[in-house]
Amino acid sequence: MRPEPDSPALAEAARLWNSVYVHVPFCARRCPYCDFAVVAADEAGGSDTARYVDALVVEIGMEPDPPEVHAINLGGGTPTRLHPRDLARIVNTLDHRFGIADNAEISIEANPEDWTPGFARDLRQIGFNRVSFGIQSFDPAVLESLGRVHSPQDAEQAVAAARSAGFSTINIDLIYGTPEETDESWGRSVDRAIELEPEHLSAYALTVEGGTALSRAVLAGAPAPDPDQQADRYERVDEVARSAGLVRYEVSNWARPGHTCRYNLSTWMMGEFSGFGTGAHDHRGGVRARNIRRLDAYLDQVEAGVRPRSGSECLDEFESERERFMVGLRLAAGVRTGSIGAPFASSEEGRRLVDAGVIGARDGRVVVLKPLLTDLVARSVLSVSPGDC
Amino acid sequence: MTALSRIRNFSIIAHIDHGKSTLADRLLERTGAISERDMREQVLDDMDLERERGITIKANAVRIDYRAASGDMYQLNFIDTPGHVDFSYEVSRSLEACEGALLVVDASQGVEAQTLANAYLAIEEGLEIIPVVNKIDLPAADPDRAAEELAGVLGGAADEVIHVSAKTGAGVDDLLEAIVARLPAPEGDEHAPLRALVFDSFYDTYRGVVSHVRIVDGSISTGEAIRFMATSLDVHADELGIRRPSTEAVQRLNTGEVGYLVTGVKEIDLIRVGDTVTHSRGGTTKALPGYDEPKPMVFSGLFPTDGDDFERLREALDKLRLNDSSLVFQAETSRALGFGFRVGFLGLLHMEIVRERLEREYDLELVATAPSVAYVANLASGEQVPVRSPQDLPEAAGLVSIEEPYVKVMIITPSEFIGTVMDLVQQRRGEMGEMTYLSPERAELHYRMPLAEIVFDFFDLLKTRTRGYASLDYEPDDYQVSDLVRVNILLNGVPVDAFSTIVHRGKSYAYGKAMVGRLRELIPRQLFDVPIQAAIGSRIISRETIKARRKDVTAKCYGGDITRKRKLLERQKEGKRRMKMVGQVEVPQEAFVAALKLDM
Repeated sequence: MRPEPDSPALAEAARLWNSVYVHVPFCARRCPYCDFAVVAADEAGGSDTARYVDALVVEIGMEPDPPEVHAINLGGGTPTRLHPRDLARIVNTLDHRFGIADNAEISIEANPEDWTPGFARDLRQIGFNRVSFGIQSFDPAVLESLGRVHSPQDAEQAVAAARSAGFSTINIDLIYGTPEETDESWGRSVDRAIELEPEHLSAYALTVEGGTALSRAVLAGAPAPDPDQQADRYERVDEVARSAGLVRYEVSNWARPGHTCRYNLSTWMMGEFSGFGTGAHDHRGGVRARNIRRLDAYLDQVEAGVRPRSGSECLDEFESERERFMVGLRLAAGVRTGSIGAPFASSEEGRRLVDAGVIGARDGRVVVLKPLLTDLVARSVLSVSPGDC
Repeated sequence: MTALSRIRNFSIIAHIDHGKSTLADRLLERTGAISERDMREQVLDDMDLERERGITIKANAVRIDYRAASGDMYQLNFIDTPGHVDFSYEVSRSLEACEGALLVVDASQGVEAQTLANAYLAIEEGLEIIPVVNKIDLPAADPDRAAEELAGVLGGAADEVIHVSAKTGAGVDDLLEAIVARLPAPEGDEHAPLRALVFDSFYDTYRGVVSHVRIVDGSISTGEAIRFMATSLDVHADELGIRRPSTEAVQRLNTGEVGYLVTGVKEIDLIRVGDTVTHSRGGTTKALPGYDEPKPMVFSGLFPTDGDDFERLREALDKLRLNDSSLVFQAETSRALGFGFRVGFLGLLHMEIVRERLEREYDLELVATAPSVAYVANLASGEQVPVRSPQDLPEAAGLVSIEEPYVKVMIITPSEFIGTVMDLVQQRRGEMGEMTYLSPERAELHYRMPLAEIVFDFFDLLKTRTRGYASLDYEPDDYQVSDLVRVNILLNGVPVDAFSTIVHRGKSYAYGKAMVGRLRELIPRQLFDVPIQAAIGSRIISRETIKARRKDVTAKCYGGDITRKRKLLERQKEGKRRMKMVGQVEVPQEAFVAALKLDM
């Protein structure tokens, strides 16, 4: 029997998983909305992937006390810009250093245009069993405004190729709320995504992040995403996904039973994970650490034999409990009430949220009933102080 | 000791931006009171706020030694005064301590209403006026025209006007010579019992109350037993001194001189501005004529955002009052805002300054309610009740009429804007008085207007509509019955006392609509739909709805960057701290003064 994606038991189990995140910063070009650590092909170091993979292998070797891992996620950037040979080297190094558990989730983010049947087969051979496609939309106008170069047909062919290569979980990433999108075109995008029968679906609201081309455009007067419209679109995708048998288990993620993303779940449950590559994050032994974001600085450090950290933070008992609670709010299973949930629920802000039907209590857990207001709830949790617990 | 005949006490009357502080800086520099190296702009303005805003709030007195062209040494006491309409009471105090005044006018701008009002004040005090045209170096300067205008309003000849550039220093020597030659020496009896006038005082954390005094008769020495006559307070003159502009203690202040006095007294209420200081034994029994107490014109509620800060706010107000005897306050309770104070101010600038100082110097977060003037309610019982806050207005049943304060307004404007000014004044219920031409290009207009109509945005509007050229001054007139109503604002169906305003009936609909619209923009979306209504009594005159917030969440935590996510939430939370819960609704601070910025 497979647990429902939104079951508390599954969430609590995820707390004990170990994961690894590997960041691959290379992209053909910079998408206008993206503020991740990326380097475009025409930027400095943007084509020297071999040097980067060498550095990753060295960095993985620096992990002091590696546990067996249950989930590996290659993200970016665009990991599929690496040659299968390099991807194999990364996975083998992880296996050698950490040990990869049987039935581990080994996932890679991919752009549809890079994905050929042969490439898919190569990746399966290396051990990848999950692929997450950055499809974003099936509306060509929206794709163009997002700076994406693939066509809706590319997306469909990529999914088909992954399917026939034997990937057990295929995820489709969608972005809603770009100004070019209409309710109708979004509806069509959602329908086409569902027709491809993905085991997993992510839908994110377009967010204007500081320092991006999008934010400069908005500052210069271009239309910004409208939150009410985004709320409508969210409700639409939730409804369609649900009726297709996908269960929402996190604010922006839906899955069929047995296909939740382990890496994601474990991150939201304060599970331990190691991060490698530029700008990657790490959570081990109660310490959160982060890597240098700049490619050249990262390479210099690693090549000098130094762990390429740019900072770390060690949370005390209260802070880490509060963080567990705030992050866990994103899960449909809710978050274990713990020592912070009770004072929060009885605080003035907490009571208002209960009265307004934004949060509720269920089986010793606090659940956000209106997932689109999760950040509002999280901010209210910040009002709880150690003395309240 | 300087002979009386070698002392000159003067102040500078100038419109804001006409260069008073720069001229003062230049006088200090030219006489060597301050070296060029130590020169910074606005030497005499100590408060950070004064420097930032380029204004003078507190009076100040500086002694300058000047060797005249004749070779004789003179003691010049320059008494710096504020220039803004809110602080005219400070001006009147300072003028009392002088024999003369420099009336400074910008060569490109000409005479302004405020300057003229202060000049008339000085003339009434019997001061000798030296007209000065400043900024003659500016390309747009028209010194001759400005001089004609000055001579016209003062009834003198244009060739008596001194032309200077405080910026380049041109003409400053002529001005110094004119001060010595034209201003009278102080009159006073050096052998009579001590009479010293307190013309300002401020609170110093270490020394207690420091008073600026002008010795009218006799002299005062350190250590002497002295008496403040109005309060019969007997103390010792612990310290006497002057500013040059750095502080310098002296043993003695003689007849005609100006300086400061420290007595160790900590309560500013005991040392009133306008009081006379004499010796405890063998002193005079004849006090100098005092000043009028400054009267607050504008009242506003100040409430701490955090209710626990109420006592801290009280302490802070008490401390500010040590330096500012014009500040009056009493505790007030608002259903919406909790415990706070109703505070009386001289005007809007004064209000802004007090609020800024409370937040900055005392680290308080405050909500200020829309300011109100002091109305008077006439009750059926024949009783008269002061109404300093809309909540004070009695219920309609027992209310016969409401009176509001009127002011006499003087506006000086270029002739081309006379029509514009008349329109504006008419919209604000002004009654036209006389109009005279200062020159073919400029006119002086007199009006009678309700104070409530000018106290908020009138000055800004006047400036905007006359491209900055018109200037304004006003003084209190009498009270008059008006057709006034209270407009209540209901948030989520509940009246919010802090939003109530008293307005003229003819404007109540426009006001209600504008206010409701403005609040809809200012109040963020909540967890539920929030109706905003404006009502007179039980009648709703306007309504808008703030739709419930639907989305407040961002994308996934990138690569597990939970630290960054938390910091973002913390920053957003910080922004929300300036919100006040009114019933179930979160209201930002700006909403409480929304009435000030209505476009209607």
